[in-house]
Amino acid sequence: MSSTLIAEQLLNGLQFGLMLFLIAAGLTLVFGILDILNVAHGSLYMAGAYVAAQTMQVTQSFVAAVVVAAVVTGLVGLVLELVLIRRLVIRDHLAQVLGTFAVILIANDVVKMIWGPAPMMMSMPPALSGPVQLLPDLMYPAYRLLIIAVGLAAALGLYLFVTRTKAGVLVRAGASNRQMATLMGVRVPLLFLGVFVLGAMLAALAGALLGPVTAIQTGMGEQILILVLVCIVIGGIGSMRGAFVGALLVGFVDTAGRAFLPSLLKIFFLPAVASSVGPTLAALSIYILMAVVLVFRPSGLFPARG
Amino acid sequence: MRPTLFNAKIFSALGLVLLLAFPLLAPALNLDFYVSFVRRVLIFALAATSLNFILGYGGMVALGHAAFFGAGAYVVAMLSVQGVSQALIAWPAAMLAAGALAFVIGVISLRTRGVYFIMITLAFAQMVFYLFISLRQYGGEDGINLAGPTLIPGFNLADDRTFYYVVLCVVLVCVWWLNRLIQARFGQALQGIRENESRMEALGYPVFRIKLLAFVIAGAMAGLAGALLASHNQFVSPSLMHWTASANLIIMVIVGGIGLRYGGLVGAAVMLWLEEVLRLYTDYWHLPLGVLLLAIVLFAPRGLAGMFNQGGTR
Amino acid sequence: MCLLKQLLAMAALVPSLAFAQAPIKVGITNDLSGPFAALGAEARDGFNLAIKQLGGKLGGKPAEFLQTDMGGNPDQARQLVNRYIQRDKIDFFTGPIGSNVALAVGPVLFAAKIPYLSNNPGPSQFAGAQCNDYWFGVSYQNDAFHEAAGKVAADRGFKNMVIMAPDYPAGKDALNGFKRGYKSTVGQEVYTKLGQIDYAAELAQLRDAKPEAVYIFLPGGMGINFIKQFVSAGLNKSIKLVGPGFSADEDVIRAVGDPMLGMFNTAQWAHDLDNAQNKMFVEAFRKEYKDRMPSVYAAQAYDVIMAIDAAVKATNGNVADRAAVLTALKKADFASVRGPFTYGVNNFPIQPYYVRLIEKNAAGQITNKLVGKVFDSYQDVYVGECKK
Repeated sequence: MSSTLIAEQLLNGLQFGLMLFLIAAGLTLVFGILDILNVAHGSLYMAGAYVAAQTMQVTQSFVAAVVVAAVVTGLVGLVLELVLIRRLVIRDHLAQVLGTFAVILIANDVVKMIWGPAPMMMSMPPALSGPVQLLPDLMYPAYRLLIIAVGLAAALGLYLFVTRTKAGVLVRAGASNRQMATLMGVRVPLLFLGVFVLGAMLAALAGALLGPVTAIQTGMGEQILILVLVCIVIGGIGSMRGAFVGALLVGFVDTAGRAFLPSLLKIFFLPAVASSVGPTLAALSIYILMAVVLVFRPSGLFPARG
Repeated sequence: MRPTLFNAKIFSALGLVLLLAFPLLAPALNLDFYVSFVRRVLIFALAATSLNFILGYGGMVALGHAAFFGAGAYVVAMLSVQGVSQALIAWPAAMLAAGALAFVIGVISLRTRGVYFIMITLAFAQMVFYLFISLRQYGGEDGINLAGPTLIPGFNLADDRTFYYVVLCVVLVCVWWLNRLIQARFGQALQGIRENESRMEALGYPVFRIKLLAFVIAGAMAGLAGALLASHNQFVSPSLMHWTASANLIIMVIVGGIGLRYGGLVGAAVMLWLEEVLRLYTDYWHLPLGVLLLAIVLFAPRGLAGMFNQGGTR
Repeated sequence: MCLLKQLLAMAALVPSLAFAQAPIKVGITNDLSGPFAALGAEARDGFNLAIKQLGGKLGGKPAEFLQTDMGGNPDQARQLVNRYIQRDKIDFFTGPIGSNVALAVGPVLFAAKIPYLSNNPGPSQFAGAQCNDYWFGVSYQNDAFHEAAGKVAADRGFKNMVIMAPDYPAGKDALNGFKRGYKSTVGQEVYTKLGQIDYAAELAQLRDAKPEAVYIFLPGGMGINFIKQFVSAGLNKSIKLVGPGFSADEDVIRAVGDPMLGMFNTAQWAHDLDNAQNKMFVEAFRKEYKDRMPSVYAAQAYDVIMAIDAAVKATNGNVADRAAVLTALKKADFASVRGPFTYGVNNFPIQPYYVRLIEKNAAGQITNKLVGKVFDSYQDVYVGECKK
């Protein structure tokens, strides 16, 4: 196994982790501030991907696709919050999960009605469609470098927003003590609306960004949602730092599992055993990781609330 | 208070009579097919009721219940493939296996609280799902057909009606037993834990052990339901353990009435009937299901059984 | 009361009197939601085109086509089939896209003596040990496309191959089939997770292994993801991509576009296959469905309805005589869009397989082009296990 391969796989782990972070960020933000587990977050991601693909087909401009996707999904998020989310915020977690699960069911059919059951095409922006030479014999896809860049930028941006801006401070105030914040003049319902829309736009950004490298079809939200939930559970629900760490952990463990586990097993076991057990173990690796973390830290690594 | 109790008793008595009489009336009404449909509803009702036990009464939101359901089904199928088709061996074996799985999962998961518990039970269900998919010799993703109908000495389970009554009998006994358990001290303690766990702990109750026992009982019962489904379908596949199957069970409990005695039964009946009917009229049948679920969550949180049971028997 | 009894008695007779005129019923379970929704939609379009062309009749006799979505779920498909058999009393069955559903519903249909014509899955179980007179694998046997691809790779001299499939029995079968066709040893066998989204790790391994070609069996969204990422990594410049026809057909092309150019794939049909029935079919399909090119799923579905039509014609509408129906179906005496074929003992087709290449056609559209024949008449390897 060459060092170039190892370097590439590390980059892959980073990239996959940041990909997951983009989606996890919105989800954990909403949970941290509004205290609602919105499983329809995956549907917002899907909406972003579909709108981006549609825009791309019409305008051939990647930037336009991303912007339109974010705006449209933000509007969808706005409506969703006003109509449903604020009613669920005051309910228990089970009601929240079920209510937002209902949205998933509805969203999948609505998307199918508008765009049909066949997967949508979103072509990659030509400028980024090839590999870039990072090291003498390491060619890495330019598009994945973009994902890494956007992921890191989003992480930094969110960190600065929450810690440095006035709005961010208000957001944290509203989270830690709603009543006090209201008494002090913070318009909490408006704040929540803003946070939810921000979360939706982050999901849409992820969807638009991943459109060119994934299959855009109904149900794509749920597929990735499971992984994202694992990320935020490991990291600690409600914590942005936790989402970041959790996503990176999942990204690295999953990539390493797929890349190195079968070869590793071959050293200790018969090839026949290794090739049948290896992939299964690799598939289970992130769930095993989550179970292990929860055994030692039942509230995740960086729990947002004590 | 009196009129409510009166209603509940009348409804359940009526329901029981209908269930008993149905297979006899079916041929006359040309509803033969529906005997096996109602049987399927009963099997899912058992699974939903077992979930209701820990969800409604125990307050444990387990999003991985389908793992026990599927495990029970697979045990029956695996035994069948190995030549064992006796129900009196296969079904208890399924319960044992599912209960053991519930013990292992429970011991780890019950250390967590709230939304983490939801997630970790989901994760375990996913693990079980992927595990069964990779099992080459038991069909993997394709699933396996049973070698033949399940046997009980003296009964011909290949006959629709006989099997229906066997299933009805099993389900009624289980539901009755669970209800007794709820009324007993164990059930009361469980509900106390749902209300206020720290208080119960302070009072000296072995909270963890009670929750774990409830979890195992529910798992074993779901395993039994799975076993019945395996015999009913003569087929099992990993899709029984997909997380959407777990979600469906929770939806049944919510729609039927969480924490209500017949919530599981009502929920299973309504959801399975709706799925059956909606499909005939539209390809977009997820949409009305989603709308119904949303309506229940927002406007009828006590479920459909709750609407007929304002304040009554829990 | 006497009159009432008489009326009831007459009413009881009516069904048997009406028997001769009862419509012939075909039960179809569609995949319109779930993992195969896109493919199921294609199949449904194929079914509907055939039904429309036949005027809703089979063999000239009145027919009823029951179509319901079962979302790729074997448990629900089983329910649906039970209803079709017990309540609707179907005479023929078809529809599922996935092998798992076919395996779930097959035994029930065989026991009820209802011919099941497959518009896609061809599980090895039904080709071998569990073969049955009531099964007709009209489309292909699952391993066929893979074996053909293996031969293509061998013929073109691709060395040091990497072959990839998801970690489940169909995936393992696929790669075994490929190895049989390829005959030499492959460089690496890689198993991915079912439903995997990101293939960066596997692509890195691929880059490191430097094969001349990679063979993938990644149905549905998995294939779309992989191909997009493969091209984005620039690997298509140095590594040839080979796949079975169902990973490279119109539905995938529509979802992926340019990155698919240059991919070899194998199938028993191509839309530019040169026979009269196929030309008519493709033209009619494009006219009906807004200039869309049919995929292999639509073609197979269309063939199934035509096969049933021919059998009903041969038995003169007397579908109750199952033996006669089976004999008629076995003859495969209908104009198939892939040209004439015969059935083996296990009711799987013995037919040619072709290799197709994805390139731009004269009109600038990206589509499959037939570039060669791989097998003249291929029969599946499981037929020996079928003891009838």
